[in-house]
Amino acid sequence: MPHSHPIELLRFNTCGSVDDGKSTLIGRLLYDSKSLMEDQVEALEKSADITGGGQINLANLTDGLRAEREQGITIDVAYRYFATPKRKFIVADTPGHVQYTRNMVTGASNANLSIVLVDARQGVIEQTRRHTYIAALLGIPHLVIAINKMDLVDWKQERFQEIRDEIEDFLPKLGAFRDVKFIPMSALNGDNVVDFSKHTPWYEGPTLLGHLETVHIASDWNMSTFRFPVQWVNRPNNPTDKSLHDFRGLSGQIASGIVCKGQQVVVLPAGIRTTVKDIWTYDGSLAEAFCPQSATLCLEHDIDISRGDMIVGLENLPGRSSELSARVCWMNQRPLQTGKKYFLKHTTQTVQAVVTAVENKINFDTLEAVDAPGTLAMNDIGGIKIRTAKPLVFDGYSTNRLTGSFILIEQGTNLTVGAGMLAPPLEAVKPEYSDFAI
Amino acid sequence: MSSYHLDHLQYLETEAIHVMREVAAEFERPALLFSGGKDSICLLRLAEKAFRPSDIPMPFLNVETGHEFPELIEFRDRRAKQLGAKLIVRTVDEAFAKGIAHPTPGQVSRNQLQIPVLLAAIEEFQFDCAIGGARRDEEKARAKERFFSFRDSFGQWDPKNQRPEIWNLYNARVNPGENMRVFPLSNWTEMDVWDYIKKEQLEVPNIYFSHERECYRKGGQWLPVPPPHTDATKPDPYEGARPKPTDTVKKMICRVRTIADMISTGMIESKTETIDDIIGEVSAARVTERGTRADDKASEAAMEDRKKAGYF
Repeated sequence: MPHSHPIELLRFNTCGSVDDGKSTLIGRLLYDSKSLMEDQVEALEKSADITGGGQINLANLTDGLRAEREQGITIDVAYRYFATPKRKFIVADTPGHVQYTRNMVTGASNANLSIVLVDARQGVIEQTRRHTYIAALLGIPHLVIAINKMDLVDWKQERFQEIRDEIEDFLPKLGAFRDVKFIPMSALNGDNVVDFSKHTPWYEGPTLLGHLETVHIASDWNMSTFRFPVQWVNRPNNPTDKSLHDFRGLSGQIASGIVCKGQQVVVLPAGIRTTVKDIWTYDGSLAEAFCPQSATLCLEHDIDISRGDMIVGLENLPGRSSELSARVCWMNQRPLQTGKKYFLKHTTQTVQAVVTAVENKINFDTLEAVDAPGTLAMNDIGGIKIRTAKPLVFDGYSTNRLTGSFILIEQGTNLTVGAGMLAPPLEAVKPEYSDFAI
Repeated sequence: MSSYHLDHLQYLETEAIHVMREVAAEFERPALLFSGGKDSICLLRLAEKAFRPSDIPMPFLNVETGHEFPELIEFRDRRAKQLGAKLIVRTVDEAFAKGIAHPTPGQVSRNQLQIPVLLAAIEEFQFDCAIGGARRDEEKARAKERFFSFRDSFGQWDPKNQRPEIWNLYNARVNPGENMRVFPLSNWTEMDVWDYIKKEQLEVPNIYFSHERECYRKGGQWLPVPPPHTDATKPDPYEGARPKPTDTVKKMICRVRTIADMISTGMIESKTETIDDIIGEVSAARVTERGTRADDKASEAAMEDRKKAGYF
C-alpha cells in the first residue's frame, strides 16, 4: 500500500461483548484491504491446523499473547495499523468482557470513531449500552453500530431494523455523537466490511471500510479556544553560545485552539498578561501554531513559569478551583475510597486529591444514575466531588478533552485507578489584569 | 498555513515529542536507547525537536552483543558525537567477565543475553526510564505495549496488569528500583519510519542500502558470513555461527531491512540505492519486517517471553 505522501490518520476502536466477532472483524479489515503480509498469512494457516480445524481463524491476527490464544479471548488493548490509498488507520481492539471496561476506556480515549459490535441474534444487551455510553461519555465524535452475524439471521432487514430502533431509542439519552452509522454485516464472511454484500440489496449505506475512509474528521480537534499547558521549561545552559544565553522557552503541546506570534496571552494561575514573542520550533519560527502541534513559546516578559502552568488566550477563560465535580470510570479492584488521598494528574501537573463524595453511579441496564451508591467498584462509572490540594485551571470535558480530563493514581502502588472527566467550571477565572510591568 | 490540519506524519511526530518531553519532565535519570538502527535514528531527530535549543537532557545507551555490524557501530558513535550526547555502551562480553551473564550452552545468538546486560546497566546508572524505538506494528506482543511500560524491580513486563493509558495523561510514577520503558514510536509503522527519514533527510547506516556481501543459507534466510577470526589467542566469537562446508554460500547484492546483530539478521536480495528505493520496496514487500529476524522465529510467543523477562 504505497502512501509516501501526506494523508489523514483516523483512530478507531472496536468494542462488543465476548464472541461478537471483534477480532474477526479487524482480521477481516486487514485481510480484505490486503494489509497482511505473507508470513502473517502463513502463521495464520499454521494456527488454523491447531485451533480452526483447517479454516483460517482471522481472530488469531489480533489475539497476540499466548494466554489469549489458549483461552480464546482478548485480554488487553491491542493496536493494529493499516492503510488504504485514502487514509491510515490506528485500530484499538478493546475487549468486551465486563471486567475489562477499563481497557475500552483506554482504547477509546483518543479515538475519532468507535465501532460497537452487536450480534444480530442476541440484539442489544447490557454490553451494547455500556459501550455506547462510554463512547458518548468520552466524547468520541463518530459512532458505528456494526450489526454482525447477519448471515445467522438470514439477512433479514426486519431484524436489522429492530436492533437499530432499539439503539436509536436510547441514543438521545447519551448526548451528542456527530454522526451514527448502522451497518449490517458478516465479518466472518466479509459482507459489507470491505466489499458490498450481495445479501443486503435493502441496505443503501457504505461498507464499513468505505465509511472509515470518508467520514469527516477534519473538525474533530478543538480549534476554538487557545490552551497551552506548559510541559517543560526550555532553558539552554550552553556557555559557548551567547545567543542562547537569554533563551527561555515554554515547551508543550497545544491542547486546543490557535496561537499567533504577537498575540496577547494570559499565564495562569498567576494571571499575568503578556505577548507571544516567538513560536520556536526545531524547523524554524512559526507565525502561528494550532492544536495538537508541539511548540516552544517565548514570551515578551521574563515571568516565573513552570510545568503545570497554563497559557491561554484572552477570550473564554477557563475555570480555576480546588473543588471539582467530575464523572469518573473506576479501573481498579480496590474500590474508590472517599477521604483517601490520591494523586491526580491533570494536563501536565500532578496534585494530591481527596474524593469527598460519590454522588451517583450509572446503571447500564437503564442508563439512569443511581444516587448515593457509597462507592465505585472496578468498571463503575459515576459522578464524584473532589477536593485538590492546589486549585486546577481547567475546562469542562465536553468542551475540551485535554484540559477537562484527569487520571487518579493510587499512592504507594502508583497504579492508575480512575479516569475522570470534569464538569464545566461554575465561573471563569478572573485574573487581576495587572499588565506586566518591570 | 492555510488549513489547520496535520497529516499523519505530523500527527505521529507531535505525539512522540509530547511523550519525550513527559519523560524529561517526570523522570530523574532517563536514558535513550540508541543502536544506530532506523527506528532509533528517528528517536534522535524527535529528541532534537523536543529539546532544542537545549541539549538533549539524557545520555544514549546501547547494549552490544559483540556480533554487531561494524558499519552500525561506526555510525552510532559518529551520530552521538555530532549531537553532543554522552554515549554509554555496555557489552555482553564485559558481562561475561563480570559474571552478570553467562554463555548459554549450544546457543550462539546473544540476543537473550542482552536482557541481563541492559538490566545491569539500568542498575549501574540508576536509570528510572529508558526510551526505546519499539513499534507496535512490529510484532503481536508489542501490539499490546503501552507508551509508558512499567517494569518491576526485576525488570519484568506484566501484560495482564498494565496501567491503563488514557488521553495523553501518562502515569510516570515509579518507586525506587522500578523503572519505565517509554516508546514514543508506538503508533508508527515501518513505512512511517522510512517516510520520516525521507522527510527529515536523515542519514542511515549504509547497510540499509544494497551492497555486495557473502551470505549463507540457514533456516530459510540468508545470513551474513561473519568476519574472519584473526586473533587466535581468543575464542572465536562466531563459533557455531559460521557456514558449514555443506551450506550454500554466495556473494549477493543485498541489504538489511531490520538490524539485529550479524547472527540474527537475515539479508534480503535487493537493489536499493536511495531512500525512495527503500520506500518502494517496503510498500511492495510481502513479508513483515520481523519476518527477517531469526530471533523472532524461535516460537510464536518468542517476543512475549523475552519482554516478560525484561527485553525492550
